[in-house]
Amino acid sequence: MSEEIINKIRQNVVQGRVTQDDEGVEEGLAGQPGVTELVQQALTEGVPVSDIISKGLTEGMSIVGQKFESKEYFIPDMLTSAEAVGAAMELLEPHLAGSGVQAKGKVLLATVKHDLHDIGKSIVATLLRGAGYSVHDLGNDVDTEAIVEAVRAERPQIVGLSALLTSTMESMKDTVRALEDNGLRDTVKVIVGGAPVSEEFAQSIGADGYGADGFQAVAVVESLASQAAT
Amino acid sequence: MTRQGIVVQPYSRLGREQVESIHRASLSILDDPGILCFNRDAAELFGDRGAVVTPLDQGSHACWLLRMPEKLIADTLSSAPKVVTLGARDHENSLVLDGAEPRVHFASGSEANTWLDMDIEVFLSQASPQRSVSLPVFTRQKGTVERLGQAAHLCEHLASWDSFLRTVNIQDEDINDDNKDVNKFFASLNGTTKHVMSGLTEITQLDNVVKMAEIIAGGADALRENPIISFITCTVKSPLQLVDDTTQKAIEVARRGLPLVISSSPQGGSTAPISEAGMVAQINAEIIIGIALSQLVNPGAPVLYGSVPVRARMDDLNDSYGVPEFSQYNIDCVDMARYYGLPCYSTGGVSDVSVPGIQASVERLFSHILVALSGAQYIHYAFGLLERTSTFCPVQAVLDDAHIDMVKRFLHQPVVTESTISECLDQVRKVMATPQKLYVRFVRSALRSGAITPPYPYESKGMTDETLLRAGERLEEIMALPRRPIEQAIVDQVFAEVPGLLPRLRTR
Repeated sequence: MSEEIINKIRQNVVQGRVTQDDEGVEEGLAGQPGVTELVQQALTEGVPVSDIISKGLTEGMSIVGQKFESKEYFIPDMLTSAEAVGAAMELLEPHLAGSGVQAKGKVLLATVKHDLHDIGKSIVATLLRGAGYSVHDLGNDVDTEAIVEAVRAERPQIVGLSALLTSTMESMKDTVRALEDNGLRDTVKVIVGGAPVSEEFAQSIGADGYGADGFQAVAVVESLASQAAT
Repeated sequence: MTRQGIVVQPYSRLGREQVESIHRASLSILDDPGILCFNRDAAELFGDRGAVVTPLDQGSHACWLLRMPEKLIADTLSSAPKVVTLGARDHENSLVLDGAEPRVHFASGSEANTWLDMDIEVFLSQASPQRSVSLPVFTRQKGTVERLGQAAHLCEHLASWDSFLRTVNIQDEDINDDNKDVNKFFASLNGTTKHVMSGLTEITQLDNVVKMAEIIAGGADALRENPIISFITCTVKSPLQLVDDTTQKAIEVARRGLPLVISSSPQGGSTAPISEAGMVAQINAEIIIGIALSQLVNPGAPVLYGSVPVRARMDDLNDSYGVPEFSQYNIDCVDMARYYGLPCYSTGGVSDVSVPGIQASVERLFSHILVALSGAQYIHYAFGLLERTSTFCPVQAVLDDAHIDMVKRFLHQPVVTESTISECLDQVRKVMATPQKLYVRFVRSALRSGAITPPYPYESKGMTDETLLRAGERLEEIMALPRRPIEQAIVDQVFAEVPGLLPRLRTR
């Protein structure tokens, strides 16, 4: 029974179905339970949280990644699957403490001061949640001081800063400096991204990483998080 | 099911009054000065139906001046079919060309002497020998029967290429006027299951070509039901001269009841007025006189209104296909064909430059889009032609296929119905209730149905233009795909009953 429901969770992650109302990649699935209903059912039936996460959600995302690599899946498929995993993780969060399962890390995200563009940052948030990270999204047009305060309070391993405009990307430099000035720079890795941002720019402001797109951002987070763990 | 083409909301340059003015001007031209006719049968046919026929002294060529009464033109045009079917070896590749429906299809042309091959070579920088760049280099080859077959194979596998109009002039050592027609039709038919159209080199070969087509189609009646081949004749030499040879070909094809393009190709500025009104009045006169002739020969004979107007270059008097006037002339002719309710064989997608590249893409895409917008039922010259129409380049045809796919996608009519609006509102409400506020979930079904245009297939990844490299790789893939030849037993019958076929075409 446990195996059956985990299989269904995995399949529905692959289909990117959050709830029973959603269509999947394949047609005709609307009306059948989605990932959130299945996870709720699994919890009710006492399926171990660790199994739900590792064999259902993580393996599901792994299949999605393979399909993306082989060009069978596209970015919308990745994002909907990641959204399904993120929704499942929200349901599971209250049960994590006693399960021995921990998020892979905590990431704090923000679109910087005077910049209202948050699509890229939201995509990164979705993908990171799908990859098993705890994400604290501060939103857009976020003051440098607010980011510093959130780092002090939340103690994330990584801060991700996003900007779409050449006029706002300088705030990233200010943020890195503010973290240094407040004695927090050594406690957190800083990554940056957004259309005008480049690897060179990231290096020039003293950031630890740069992601050209959402997937690179996740890869950079994975790399920095593993460095932090060792 | 037949090939669907793309139905457009037609763009017209000429209003109704302007179309009628040009129609009247064409009729006026056919009355005064009239048309010179170098074909005796045509002069007699028109004379019998009331044309004023005056013999002229034109040296060694018999010639008559024909002055057409309006009623003759009106009566004969009225019998021309408004819907013409171009059949195909695979019925699903047939085209239904309806003069009342702006359903656009794209075909090739012309009968280019040159086949342009592309290779990729690596060049080293003189300034920095460690730096290199891969660039295309081109080699001119003669058109041969094998290359014609390769072009037909390419047509078979390029989705936007709706009909195969012979691409190259076959110039093999063992090809002559007496065997050219059967070999070019056979190589084409054996290479593609799509419709095959060509001009006729030698009128004495018409019945051999028809016999071949009958065998392949499954008999004489089957060929009339499913005309897998059709013919083009440019009956008129502009300005206003019915040529003996091509006029006779039109008469003979019309007698046999197979689809026929009556085309004219005047050059604005040299053999036709350069003004839009003057060009269109003249070419329209030249086309409708040919159509009238076909209907005198065989009322109801399937014909296409074939307009190939071009503009002269003022530096060398060559045809210019890249100028905007070319598209203006052609769109006007589509308006005229629509006025008569006849399906239009139009022209688009040629470039003046000799090699694929920026100029070629700009020039050909300009007319691909504009002439397609006009709703021409059959746009020829759309694949691979360069250096005006002197060169066919298969890599260019691969690029054209991608560009025409984009044009077709653009021309899809918007679907705004209660159902689509309701679906849209549902999406908006669902998305606004999510933290991400992204519509990606709802993209997926459209993505998989093919409704969403993919990225440019030959996209460059680095800092050099790799479009031609990518297209060349795609060409190699296509040429390695399986062929769909004619069944061996039918090939055997064709070779047994049709003279003149080259034995090497029988081998696989």
